[in-house]
This record gives sequence, structure tokens and C-alpha cells, in this order.
Amino acid sequence: MRRGMAIAITAVAVALGLAACGGGEESTGGAVTLNWFIFNEPSGGPQKIAERCSKQSDGRYKINFEYLPSQADAQREQLVRRLGAEDPSLDLLGLDVVWTGEFANAGWVAPVPASTARIVSENVFESVLTTAKYKDRLYTVPIWSNTQLLWYRKDLVPTPPKTWDEMIDMAEKIGPDKGRIQVQGNRYEGLVVWVNQLIESAGTSVLAGPKEVRLDEAPTKRALGIIGRLSRSDVAAPNITTSNEDSARLGFEAGNSAFQINYPFVYPSAKENAPKIFEQMGAAQFPAVDAGKPSKPPIGGINIGVSAYSEHKDIAFEATECLIKPENQLEVATLGGLPPVREDLFDEPEMDEVYPGFADQIRDAIKNAGPRPSQSPAYQDLSLAIQRAVHPTTKIDPKNLGPAYEKLRDNVQKAVKREGLL
Amino acid sequence: MSTNAPTQIGEPAVGGRRRGRGGPTQTSDRTKAERKLALILCAPAVIAMLLVTVYPILYAIVLSVQKVDLRFPEESGFVGLDNYAAVLSSPLWWTDVFNTTLVTVISVVIELVLGMILALVMHRALFGRGLIRTSVLIPYGIVTVVAAFAWFFAFDPSSGFVNSLPFVAEDKAWFGDRTSAFSVIILTEIWKTTPFMALLLLAGLATIDEGLYEAAKVDGASAVQRFFKITLPLLKPALLVALLFRTLDAFRVFDSIFVMTRGSQDTESVSILGYNQLISRLNLGLGSAVSVLIFLMVLAIAFVFVRGFGTATPGSQGAKN
Repeated sequence: MRRGMAIAITAVAVALGLAACGGGEESTGGAVTLNWFIFNEPSGGPQKIAERCSKQSDGRYKINFEYLPSQADAQREQLVRRLGAEDPSLDLLGLDVVWTGEFANAGWVAPVPASTARIVSENVFESVLTTAKYKDRLYTVPIWSNTQLLWYRKDLVPTPPKTWDEMIDMAEKIGPDKGRIQVQGNRYEGLVVWVNQLIESAGTSVLAGPKEVRLDEAPTKRALGIIGRLSRSDVAAPNITTSNEDSARLGFEAGNSAFQINYPFVYPSAKENAPKIFEQMGAAQFPAVDAGKPSKPPIGGINIGVSAYSEHKDIAFEATECLIKPENQLEVATLGGLPPVREDLFDEPEMDEVYPGFADQIRDAIKNAGPRPSQSPAYQDLSLAIQRAVHPTTKIDPKNLGPAYEKLRDNVQKAVKREGLL
Repeated sequence: MSTNAPTQIGEPAVGGRRRGRGGPTQTSDRTKAERKLALILCAPAVIAMLLVTVYPILYAIVLSVQKVDLRFPEESGFVGLDNYAAVLSSPLWWTDVFNTTLVTVISVVIELVLGMILALVMHRALFGRGLIRTSVLIPYGIVTVVAAFAWFFAFDPSSGFVNSLPFVAEDKAWFGDRTSAFSVIILTEIWKTTPFMALLLLAGLATIDEGLYEAAKVDGASAVQRFFKITLPLLKPALLVALLFRTLDAFRVFDSIFVMTRGSQDTESVSILGYNQLISRLNLGLGSAVSVLIFLMVLAIAFVFVRGFGTATPGSQGAKN
């Protein structure tokens, strides 16, 4: 009897297991199930538009969510493992803007067909579109963008600073009790964003081509000099070498900071956690390196890729066209505060509700953004190399920038050649 | 424990002969049958072990002599020992070896002392034995990542309670410099695995004949003398096994460092280095070379313990005497 039971249980378990592996094509009566691997965006925006598109498809497809972890590194890790094993159960992928080169070169994402490419790049910011391309070809489809602004305290700072040096001067005048500057300085991708934007704003870039290092000496040294000056100043957060977006937000909400460089999520957060500080919160452009030369703010966000191993690539591209429709981009912006990738949508009245008084700032920031060197398929190596070269930022001596510059250059050179340990 | 399987197969020959004190006549048939039964019983475990350990190890060795990068599928091929040369000539590797050794030595020494004290307390506990033993084991029962996060949040200036303790600066960034970051990492390791050490030592203590202590007391030996002349020498086999296990474990330290610093502030261990090459860079050749080198170092540690200190493998005669 018992043995019979055991066999029965095993059989049921195996059957369930097989059913789970089958990836339900037939399960929804004719409609193809498209599995969208993306992190669980807390506002529920992606879910809402996926449901809308599934309905509008007249039973052609149904989008099913497979959630990735919330941290970008962990998301990439899971995607890469599955794609490395040519897993056919992935159809749509939610990709960070800096993964395009890597995924395209490895053959993990299918290039966007010309007809789709025309539709999905309509009115899209040039800077955003760059992040979706590899070797001048569109491999992913931007769905939402992101950028950083300078958030400041209107009660402490009458007019926002235009440059980093101006900002540090202002902060030092206010003093470390109230005038701290919050940035992202831990050894992680956020530090690469900071360093890259300063280098770009100074008028040079990390790479000149996929395998060619640029990093012109004078502007790179000016960028590093600012990082060193802030890190060694007493208006830097005491935890600057371990700081990230969240510690910056918390530091600002705690009331001891006059400035923070951060994504727009800090605005609703302050409204909820620190209403008094929220009232005095102003937004301005990412500060410049040189007076008179506009800054190049960072660019983030998500692009949709279609897995090269998907069995329904055509339908997946069809679904992508639907997901990035203007009304769907607006939905995601309204629900989650994520900036649209189409420039024309910033003229819609909804945007002023999502970003009260600073919608134009966000539009300008995305428009002028300087992408990270993600045209290199070895971007991950570059990122690690830059992190290792500049962290901890307190070691950069603004009076003697030679060693810091050499180290950064050497590290980037090695990363481009993909030599040695990182 | 499945790791014992290979040694047990090798052992019966020695054990059988020693055990046959009763007379040489009855050994042959019965021991032969027992030996055969033992082999049959162990076989499935050994085969499973071979499948799940030998294959990946060989595959890693094969990968380590090739240029393999998942992101550049078209560039691959045999490169001989180039990957090993790249690893061994990198200052990063040697820094990380030093860091790993530092964490291993400090945490194992402190765990040994604390574990010994705990084991003696548990051994001599007059009441509530079960309760004491269970509560001591709790940290060991917690998943390492969870423990690492718990301690990370405890020491984090924005969420933790540590900075509100007396004599601690309120804005101390624990993970902001090498010494304090290492201290927290080592503390986590110690907190987590001291119970394991204590448990193994407790098992060793239980095998010591109480009569020896009685006799020593009668002869006028003090408590300190009894500890150093009876407990320690008789505990040596269990002690060395505990040290061996913990050293091997500590050398592969990953979770706490990954959660707390991700290797920044110069706290990177060799496992983190391997992770960066394999998982972040997808450079399977270079990453496998790092893994194989870690494997060789772990083998060397085991060899030194077994040959150098005469650690008895668990299950053999040495551990029982």
C-alpha cells in the first residue's frame, strides 16, 4: 500500500514537473504565452500595460511575467545564465541600458527588424536610442528612461550652482551640519555613473570606439580633481566610500545635506518621509565641470530585448511595439514616475503631475545625457576596471592627479583588451 | 555525512585487523562478508559523489586551459597555461590570497578558543543541557547570507543599532575602511561557525573516560593540569578534525564579504575574485583558472593537516581512541 502511494506521489510530482517545464504554449487556448523576464517594478506599471497589450492582441499572445531580482547585477546574472544555456523559455527581456553591446555581441538578443525599428524609434531621444544600438544597428527597444538631477534645498541655496566647484564652495560656506553633498561613491555601478558623467561633462569620454581608449588627459584630470576635492572635503557624506542612491536619499531626508545627485524617485520619497524638507526641495541640472560648458547627465532605464532563443520572435516584436506605445509609456510614467523615452510625451499634461515643476529639467537632462561606454561588449570589464581605479575616491589627491589618472587609464586599457584579473 | 564515504571504504582493512583481538581464526569469512556489505552500502554514495564532484572539477580544469568568454563566442581556443600565468602574475590575486588567509587564520583561532570554552560548558552543564546545546546551535542554523545581512544592517550607520551603543562614534562608517570592515566580516564568521566548532569538540569530550579525571584528582592534579594533561591530548583527534573542517570552510569565505563590502576597501577574498571573473565578466577560462587554484590551495591545506599534524579522518581508529 505504502509503496503504491509513494509511486503515485512520485508520478504526480514528475508530471507536474514536466508540465512546468513545458512552457505553456497551448495552455491559453491558441494564444502564445510570451515570458517577460524583468525585475518586479514596484508600481505595477509594466504589469498593467502588459495586460492591456495582451487584451488588445485579440488572443494572439499573452504576456506572462517572470520576475528577476531587484538589483541590476543579480538580474544580469540570471539572464546570462539562462541565455548562456540557450534557454527557449525566455521571450522578452527587461535589459539595463548598459547591457546592449554585451548581449548583442554574444548573440543573445535578436536584432530589431527594420519595420519594427522604424515604429519604436519614432520621437525617441537620440541619447536613449544610442543605448539600444550596437554597431549602428538597433538590438533593443527602449521602454523607459531615467536620469539624475541635482536636488537642492531652496531655503539654504537661493540659486542652484552651475558647476561642481561652485556647489562645493556653496556647501563649504554652509558647513557640514547642513551643507553636505550626497553622491554615489561605493564600489559599484553607481560610482561608474558618477565618474563617467564627470568625464563626459569635462568634454572627453572613456572610449573613442569599441576597442579604443580616449580619456584625454586634461579633461579627465579635471573630472578626477572634482571627485577628489569633494571626497576629501568635510561636506562630503561621512560614508561617501560606501554611499549609494539610497544612502544619498536618506542623508538628504535626514536634513544635514544641502545637495544630492540622484534619480527622481527621491522626490516622492521625501514627500512621504520628510515633508518639511520636501517643501524646500528644488531640482536643477546635473552640475557641469567647466563653467559655460553644459553638463552631460547620466542615462539609465530599461530597454526590451527579444531573446535570440525565443520560439516566438515575431510575436515578441509585435508585443514590444505595443508595450512602448505612447499611452503605455505615459501609464508607466504616471504609475511609477519613470520618464518616457519619447520626447513628445513631455508635452502631455500628465507629465507635470508626475514631475511637478521639473518635467522640463528631466527632458533636458535626458536630451543632453552622455551614455556610459556600453557600446563595448566588454562593458562589464570596463565597469569593474573603473570602479577599481577610483575607489575609494578619498584616495584621489586633487593636488596631484597624475597617479589617479595613470591608474584609471591603465585599468581601462586592460579592460578593453580583456587581459588579466579584474 | 557523505564526505566520509571514500575514507570508510579504505579503512576496514586496518580496522578489521585491529578489531580481531579475539583470535585470528574467526576473522576471514565474517569480516570478508562484512567488508563486502560495507562496499555495497557505500557504493551508491561514492558513485553519486563522483558524478557531482569529479565531473565539474575536470570540466573546470578543461576550461582553465582555454580562452572562453561567453560574451565573445567566436574567440575561443586552447591557450595552455596562459590563464594561470595571468592569474599568478596579477598583484590582485596575491592581495586576495593574503586577505583570505588573514580571515581564515584570525577567525579559526578565535573560534577554536570560544568553541572550546562553549564545549566545556556544555559538557559540564548540570541542568538544562538540551536547552543550552540547542540555543548555542542557533547561529549555525541560520543561513549564512541571512546572518551576513543581519550583521550588515546592524553595523550600517543608517539602520543599525551598533552606532547608538556607548563608546561608538555615531557616524562611524564600519564598511568605509579596511580594518573595521574586516573586523565586522570576521566577527560574522566567528558568530556563525563557533557553534560548529563547539559541537565537534563536545563530541570529542564525550569520548574521554571520566575515570581518568577521577584518578588524576586522587593524585592531586589541579583543574588546569587536568585540562592540559588529560583533556587536550585526548581531544587532539577531534580538535584537528574540527580545525581542518573550519579552515577549509573559512578559506572559501564568500557570503559575508559579498553582502557587506563586495570586496571593496581591500577586503576581497579569492572566492570573490573568482566570482568576478566567472559571473560578472563571464570569462570562463580565467575564472576557472582561479577556481582550480583555489581548489589546489584547499587540497594543500587538507594535506598539511592530514600528513603534517596527523589528523585522523573521522570514522577511523584514531578518532575513536
